[in-house]
Amino acid sequence: MHNQAAIVDEHHHHDSDATDVFGFWLYILTDCILFGTLFSTFLVLNYPGSPGPILKNYSNLHDILIETFLLLASNFTFCLASLNLYKDKLCKVQLWLVLTFLFGAGFVFMEVSEFIHMAHEGFRWDVSGQISAFFTLVGTHGLHVSFGLLWILVMIIQLPLLKITAITKRRMTYLGLFWNFLDIVWIFVFTIVYLMGAM
Amino acid sequence: MLQNLIFGKLTIEAIPYHVPIIMGAAAFMGIALLGVLFLITFYRKWGYIWNDWVVSVDHKKIGIMYMILAFVMLLRGFSDVVLMRSQQALAAGSHLGYLPPEHYDQIFTAHGVIMIFFVAMPFMFGLLNIAVPLQIGARDVAYPYLNSISFWLTFVGAMLCNISLVVGSFAATGWLAYPPLSELYYSPDVGVDYYIWSLQIAGVGTLLAGINFIATIMKMRCKGMTLMKMPIFVWSALCAMILVALAFPVLTVTLGMLSLDRLLDMHFFTDFSGGSPLMYINLIWVWGHPEVYILILPAFGVFSEVVATFSHKKLFGYTTMVWAIVIITFLSFIVWLHHFFTMGAGADVNAFFGITTMIIAIPTGVKVFNWLFTMYKGRINMATPMLWVIAFFTTFAIGGMTGVMMSVPPVDFQVHNSLFLIAHFHNVIIGGVLFGYFAGIIYWFPKAFGFSLDEKWGKRSFYLWVVGFYLAFMPLYVLGLDGFARRVNHYENVLYQPYLIAAALGALLIMLGIACQLIQLFVSIKNRRALRDKTGDPWNARTLEWSVSSPAPFYNFAVLPIATEIDQFWIDKEKHLAEGRIHPKDIHYHPIHMPKDTPIGFIIAMFAGIAGFALIWHMLIPGIIGFLGVVLSIIARTFSKDIDYYVDVETIKKIELQHYKELTNA
Repeated sequence: MHNQAAIVDEHHHHDSDATDVFGFWLYILTDCILFGTLFSTFLVLNYPGSPGPILKNYSNLHDILIETFLLLASNFTFCLASLNLYKDKLCKVQLWLVLTFLFGAGFVFMEVSEFIHMAHEGFRWDVSGQISAFFTLVGTHGLHVSFGLLWILVMIIQLPLLKITAITKRRMTYLGLFWNFLDIVWIFVFTIVYLMGAM
Repeated sequence: MLQNLIFGKLTIEAIPYHVPIIMGAAAFMGIALLGVLFLITFYRKWGYIWNDWVVSVDHKKIGIMYMILAFVMLLRGFSDVVLMRSQQALAAGSHLGYLPPEHYDQIFTAHGVIMIFFVAMPFMFGLLNIAVPLQIGARDVAYPYLNSISFWLTFVGAMLCNISLVVGSFAATGWLAYPPLSELYYSPDVGVDYYIWSLQIAGVGTLLAGINFIATIMKMRCKGMTLMKMPIFVWSALCAMILVALAFPVLTVTLGMLSLDRLLDMHFFTDFSGGSPLMYINLIWVWGHPEVYILILPAFGVFSEVVATFSHKKLFGYTTMVWAIVIITFLSFIVWLHHFFTMGAGADVNAFFGITTMIIAIPTGVKVFNWLFTMYKGRINMATPMLWVIAFFTTFAIGGMTGVMMSVPPVDFQVHNSLFLIAHFHNVIIGGVLFGYFAGIIYWFPKAFGFSLDEKWGKRSFYLWVVGFYLAFMPLYVLGLDGFARRVNHYENVLYQPYLIAAALGALLIMLGIACQLIQLFVSIKNRRALRDKTGDPWNARTLEWSVSSPAPFYNFAVLPIATEIDQFWIDKEKHLAEGRIHPKDIHYHPIHMPKDTPIGFIIAMFAGIAGFALIWHMLIPGIIGFLGVVLSIIARTFSKDIDYYVDVETIKKIELQHYKELTNA
């Protein structure tokens, strides 16, 4: 009997893993649409000749490039954390997660100081529609990254407590999907908002 | 200073104690609420309510809670109808009626919001929760804990909307809160903020439920049930949930941008500084048009189940039915502009959206003919669910035809924003969605509760509803063609008045219909022993949910079924007739893995409610408490290891034996 229960158990977990990751992909899909809506609003409100100051005169592409590399680096370190997760090396997982957190936090820090600087110079969200769209689009991405940071922090604390199990592995898979997704969104932000804006 | 941080803009003046109608309604609600609380305390049921319902992650119980929420909010939304219809029946010529314009505006806004978000949506999710996992032979939804969060978020959204009646005011902008009217400089009070945050919270709940049901349907079907063997209701649920996943993020963003306009002086939708009100109208309808299909598709699913069951025939044209649903799902995303043909997009754009709109009539027509051919030469049982279906055919056909009329842009220019539109919309939403849900509720009621609803009172309510509907809305078509605009609380031309009196009488009949439904519920509960469904299959139905006892055991299926055909249970029944049933003693059961109940879903939603209320009134400290509460509750839950358990074989055997005994004695 006991043996049978174990088989049922294994079967169930195998099944529910696939289901759960599928569900997280669905969430990513809905987030894609959320960002898609923000991007389209940004593009609509940025028509030529729209009132108010334009981004080009306030953004510093060098800083944006550093931000981009910080985020890409954090993605790389996260992948290293995942690799070690499957080798059951808890300490290394935590180490790479801490580095991921630091790179991500650097990104958020630079973005926030950029925002403060811009607002100080007069490029404020309450000036015009296109600036509102800029702050909302980029800010929503930044907010996602901040939640990702909180999540990474929770994982750093949770992993030694719950150990590397099917459940924590699955959570790391979700987190990895989320973190990669935010990178991809950032590539679009970088291209559409900053590079096209600088033209 | 501290007072400002805690209470924000909220002062005692926010309670409109000088308005007798509101205070009367508030007193009534307060007395009803106190009465319920008193009864719960008197019968010492708090433990039962908390342990059996609030913390439950069982999809059947969550479904029932959605139903209760929907029915209570139906009463609230319908009291708005009584106010509006009586006002319009009175306020002709020199008579101004009894409702001032600013109050009337809130009433029609609240009516629309409540009926769509807190009546139709909960009814739909109630039906989905009760039926879908059982129909696909699963033991629960994919994420039971998320399901509980979804329900409680919807509940909190509805409660925020209700609080606005007493504390502050509700939006006076119409149910979609078009800017610039909904911007801070035209709507400076908290009405629009109540609108935004009640919808935002309920909307997140809906989105999560959508993801949950897609995962459930795609990944948890029983062995052998391929996509093309799913019951049509499951197909319609799948497509509706795909629409939820694709459309609701747009609503979230749109309402988010409107709230940023109001909170941080942004300029998304202002009519100056580079904002674009038209952007809002496009975005809200990119969500809004799929939304009506989110409501109607599950109703179509119900009709398909009911028609096949009560005609004792296989559904005609299963494959075409599936494709019709899929095509409607796709088309619903490319028609949104027909809601604002008059906004000057130009002839070519209007023509495109007009044609796509007309095309929707084709798959819908396919479905109607499929249902009719299913009935053809069937042995039709005229029970109440079937009556609703038949009323649906004619009513929906009329509504569909007026819809096609309005899909022609020049015609639409004539009737835009008139009562013709109101009549059309209610024609399809009441005649399609609501009739479908009523049919579904009566159909699945025995499965949820273990006894059937009283037929006599059901028929009375049916006749009152249908006659009342025609009396209430057919005059509105005439008025709309004569140029009577929507949302007016007074009109000069007294020649309009007879039509509006007729409409008011229609609303009165519908009110009696609702009263009959309440009596039906009461009578059925009283006679529940006589109405007990011992077989688990009271309608001689065809799909898997009827193969288990009524109410379904908490684990749904002791042994997961295997489906080889479309109407698997029908095949099984024929086999049972030929070979007899297997006694539970001879079945080898396995322990069943089940999720444990958790109060976290309820707690998260309550904190979300606090955060929403704080955002409405600009309360800093409660806002932080609410937000942190949500985040910390989610994190706390992830540290819990105690999330599941096994049902042992003895328990399963006992429950199954009991059902077997009842079944063989029936």
